[in-house]
Amino acid sequence: MDINETILSVDGLRTYFHTEDGVVKAVDGISFELKKGETLGIVGESGSGKSVTNLSVMRLIPEPPGKIAGGSVTFDGIDVLALPIDEVRKIRGRRIAMIFQDPMTSLNPFLKVSKQLMEVTELHLGHTKPQARAHALKMLKLVGIPDAEKRLDEYPHEFSGGMRQRVMIAMALSCDPELLIADEPTTALDVTIQAQILELIKDLKARMGTSVILITHDLGVVAGMTDKIIVMYAGKVFEQAPTSQLFSTPANPYTKGLLRSVPDPAHEQGQPLYQIPGLPPDVAHLTDGCPFAERCDWVEEICRREFPPFVEVADGHHSLCHFARRVYEDSKPEIFGDM
Amino acid sequence: MLSFIIRRLLIIIPMALLVVTLTWGLIRIAPGNFYSGEKKLPAAVEANIRKKYGLDQPWYTQYGMMMSNIVRGDFGDSLKYQGQSVNEIIKRHLPYSATIGILAYLLALAIGLTAGTIAALKQNSAFDYSSMSLAMLGLSLPNFVLGPLLVLIFAFGLYWFPPARWGGVSSIVLPVITLSAIYAAYIARLTRAGMLEVMRSDYIRTARAKGLDEMTVLLRHALRGGIIPVVSFTGPALAALLAGTVVVEKVFALPGLGDIFIKSVLNRDEPLILGIVAFLSILIMLFNLAVDIAYGFLDPRIRYE
Repeated sequence: MDINETILSVDGLRTYFHTEDGVVKAVDGISFELKKGETLGIVGESGSGKSVTNLSVMRLIPEPPGKIAGGSVTFDGIDVLALPIDEVRKIRGRRIAMIFQDPMTSLNPFLKVSKQLMEVTELHLGHTKPQARAHALKMLKLVGIPDAEKRLDEYPHEFSGGMRQRVMIAMALSCDPELLIADEPTTALDVTIQAQILELIKDLKARMGTSVILITHDLGVVAGMTDKIIVMYAGKVFEQAPTSQLFSTPANPYTKGLLRSVPDPAHEQGQPLYQIPGLPPDVAHLTDGCPFAERCDWVEEICRREFPPFVEVADGHHSLCHFARRVYEDSKPEIFGDM
Repeated sequence: MLSFIIRRLLIIIPMALLVVTLTWGLIRIAPGNFYSGEKKLPAAVEANIRKKYGLDQPWYTQYGMMMSNIVRGDFGDSLKYQGQSVNEIIKRHLPYSATIGILAYLLALAIGLTAGTIAALKQNSAFDYSSMSLAMLGLSLPNFVLGPLLVLIFAFGLYWFPPARWGGVSSIVLPVITLSAIYAAYIARLTRAGMLEVMRSDYIRTARAKGLDEMTVLLRHALRGGIIPVVSFTGPALAALLAGTVVVEKVFALPGLGDIFIKSVLNRDEPLILGIVAFLSILIMLFNLAVDIAYGFLDPRIRYE
């Protein structure tokens, strides 16, 4: 098997929601590729379309009001958007699994944890009840739940937040999926638990060779975990780069703003924390120009008039900006300045 | 759990006595009494009646005697139906009300749960709109209109069912349908709202993300949470239905409890009123307890202490 084989390729994906307020272009022309065993980070503010992108990959967009209006999603050579829904169900949970943001609400409060774990392998791997139970127990142990034997027959409300997220991860990895989509897996958790859960995902990924898409609004989360990063804003990819490059030489003013917004206790003691001025635009009413123009430090006349180009500033490093190269060059001295 | 049930059962007794006391007080405050009619009774006759029924005693003596009897489960004899005890009268009329009440509620559950669930799954579809419009109609159409309407069509028009009176299976069809309409409509709306909320919840998205088909998602993951509002409604609704429904019993001339209840009030038949009120309040409390126990089976997060 070719190590550089592409497992997921999303091309020009557009997911629109038809609301009374007009058509909300939640995802508008997103493209990316994920190779086997790779970890991709998708970063953006609330409403930037990062969750909708991944729900679209799983065909989990509620229709109506949502609609995948165009583009393609190819998973291991399969055109997911063209599949009949029964075939999509065979992929869900079996080959692509998902972990959601809030483990408090993502587990069914009415069913025992054992039932919720067992139904996945009973469905996809044809397990009998005893087999499924043994497998569920193995998975709980794998994700580090102490006293797993006893806890198997408890209900979700008897678990703490971190333990619930472990259960979610155990459930997602039950069928040894090729792709794991983790949608803000640590956002609802305490900081100490966050690190544990991220460690767990990293560790399991290394052991099982799963490809991972990690969605987050926290740059700190993606820094240590991902091979490459996509920065989303207003339903579009604003910047795409290998992780180290994105942090060292961001080529988009929005990314630069995000990086400056990360608190750095060592260097900025006593200084007010930077924040990007203004609010994200209403994606139901976008203008022709750059959606970030109103908040941008680099804004010029052309930004408000023309939609920016997607510029390749270095190998595998793209930025959606009229001044991508200038921003990129501007970032370079910073590393030396800091060092 | 057991101690919870015992405590709840024990509290029913003082609650029922409180309800009886309040009702007794209301009857006494209202002007008039059971023996007064259009013609004024001669003073000597009135004094005799008052003496016979202990009305010449001070109110606290009367109240004390009544209560000591009631605590022993004896509501005394009806003032109107001479020689018949209140307990006998309730026992005799309850089966009619209970039969049509329970059947009507079962019918309402079957129709309401099915229609509500389908409407929720196919939100904004033709089925959703038509069933919810029908439910709105069911809620706003009073029994005394629907009952005669059904009689007109199915009894006098098509001759399928008798128009009134008790007598065999065919005679209860129309009253059961009439009675169930409003409950079916209400349950359908409750189910739809409950299911819509559950189907939007995160754990349903999780279930779908596992690759489960819609039927499994619905039956295994959504239904339990979705019908909780219906369960809450069932307690008081069933109690009210069992105790008889005045209008339907009047329309179809059925010898049920509701009819007797209204008559007892019009007759100022104090023991009968208190007996039915006590019975009704105990019934409501028992059904509410049953609902609370049912919650525990439906939702594991609920614990009894």
